[in-house]
Amino acid sequence: MGIAGYTGILIMVAVAAAFGGVVVLLSRLIGKRQESREKLMPYECGIDPTGNARRRFSIKFYITAMLFIIFDIEAVFLYPWAVVYRSLKIFGFIEMVVFVGILLIGFLYVWKKGALEWGSKSI
Amino acid sequence: MGIEAGTVMLGIIGPEVVLVVAALGLMVADIIIKDERERQFLVWIGVAGILGSLAVSASLWGREVAYGFYGMVVVDNFSTFFTLLFLVAGGLTLLMSHRYVQERKLSPGEYYTLTLFATCGMVLMGKSTDLIMIFLGLEVLSVSLYVLVGYVRGSDKGVEASLKYFLLGAFSSGFLLYGIALLYGATGSTRLAEIGAAIAQKGLLGEPMLLAGMGLLLTGFGFKIAMVPFHMWAPDVYEGAPSPITGFMSVGVKAAAFAALLRVFAGSLPGLGIQWKEVLWLGSILTMTLGNVTALMQTNIKRMLAYSSIAHAGYILIGVVAGGETGTTAVLYYLLVYTLMNLGAFAVVVAIEQKDEKRLELLDYAGMGTRHPALGAAMAVFMFSLAGIPPLSGFMGKFYIFSAAVKEGYLGLTIIGVLNSLVSVYYYLRVTVMMFMKEPEAEITPVLFHPSLVVVLIIALFFTLQMGLFPSTYLHIARESIKIFL
Repeated sequence: MGIAGYTGILIMVAVAAAFGGVVVLLSRLIGKRQESREKLMPYECGIDPTGNARRRFSIKFYITAMLFIIFDIEAVFLYPWAVVYRSLKIFGFIEMVVFVGILLIGFLYVWKKGALEWGSKSI
Repeated sequence: MGIEAGTVMLGIIGPEVVLVVAALGLMVADIIIKDERERQFLVWIGVAGILGSLAVSASLWGREVAYGFYGMVVVDNFSTFFTLLFLVAGGLTLLMSHRYVQERKLSPGEYYTLTLFATCGMVLMGKSTDLIMIFLGLEVLSVSLYVLVGYVRGSDKGVEASLKYFLLGAFSSGFLLYGIALLYGATGSTRLAEIGAAIAQKGLLGEPMLLAGMGLLLTGFGFKIAMVPFHMWAPDVYEGAPSPITGFMSVGVKAAAFAALLRVFAGSLPGLGIQWKEVLWLGSILTMTLGNVTALMQTNIKRMLAYSSIAHAGYILIGVVAGGETGTTAVLYYLLVYTLMNLGAFAVVVAIEQKDEKRLELLDYAGMGTRHPALGAAMAVFMFSLAGIPPLSGFMGKFYIFSAAVKEGYLGLTIIGVLNSLVSVYYYLRVTVMMFMKEPEAEITPVLFHPSLVVVLIIALFFTLQMGLFPSTYLHIARESIKIFL
């Protein structure tokens, strides 16, 4: 234990920061700068910003974000499970089937209730 | 690795498995059944789940102590006692909600599903032997309740209550988690048994990190049992939540937090007793005094019952402070008694309440007793029992708590408890006086009795009387349950 075990991570952090810094700095020093309106916008390609960001959003964004998290977490569980799948044997498989099954029922529920509809259907 | 022991583990969480399966079945049924009226039958899936779970957990009673999931959960009489208590509370809440949900056109599927999940969280909390598991159980129960509290979406009070409960609940979870982290830092484990062993072996008794962790843990639990000074959320949340859910919270969440509190403090930190008993001693006095005195001034029945529930947490804390065999037995017995009498009182509130939060003021109860003698009599029994008047179960509960405190030498605490109990008689009696002796200002629309609600009233009434007249069976059960602490 102790700090020694984390030396590798520390070196990685330092290298990553240095790499990012050097690239940005170099392009600033060497490159030519031609600023135009399009280039200074938040998104160079995509939707043009309209008005202030501090306005009311549709609640649907939150629902979508919330549902996304659930499936995000599912992926988080699936990766380590897949890595140690062999040593878990059949028990691990059943566990994951139960977990995904419960999630599936939840998914069916939100789907049928219309939480995934973006249109006018109320939830 | 002992992963093959799958069969043994499933038995240990049997009651939870049944509850979760019932809840999932409810969700599927909710999307299959299209007709709004047919969907009202969903409550019976929930009740069936509770009954099945009751059968499974009753079969676990008296078995040998068995750990599951690498020592995360345990089946012993203590956990089975609380499992049964939560299931009874959950089942009565479902029955109480039947007409409530129907009348207000609330979506029944989610309501009953969330109630089942909340019950499941309580059950998990009662059988956790690891701080992480206690936290998980608490979250399962809290998240379900955050939604249920604000279930009547059109109601301003409901939304306010839900947001308040969510913010303060999240905050208290933070305290609890920080406490767990500090305890882990001090002892190197989140297992309750290992924490206790580490403290004894390493002689950590005065360790600041340990004490800070214990304090934060106490704060987290204090929020959930509405211990003064962490009670501020209770009246607003209890008033704004749907009435059956208020009843469920006042007994279920409290009992779950007390189960975890006993397991952590009496079970694994008895060495630190001098410190935490001091804190709880003061907490108990403040809780019952503030609860009772403030309840005197309430005009809304749900707010009054909220303060009354704070006061009862104070009485139960006396038992926790007293500790030992008699004290802990009294705590368990009191929780059981309180569950049934308080749910009974809430069933009467649900019966009298009308749509859009009408008929919740004390004045609205005027004349109810003369119009509906049976309902009035039932309410009188629950109120007398809450006040602690013999021969009802509330009296026996208080009697055992106070006698345990005297036996353990907490004479001052007992005197304050008895005085508080006297104060409480005023506001409990006022309800009965209002119902029988005051004429209503306007003609009252009669109360409509729903069969499910009548069943709840009869069950609550029966046990409130029976546990008071024949307490020995229940005391015996409570004593068997706490053997693990001795």
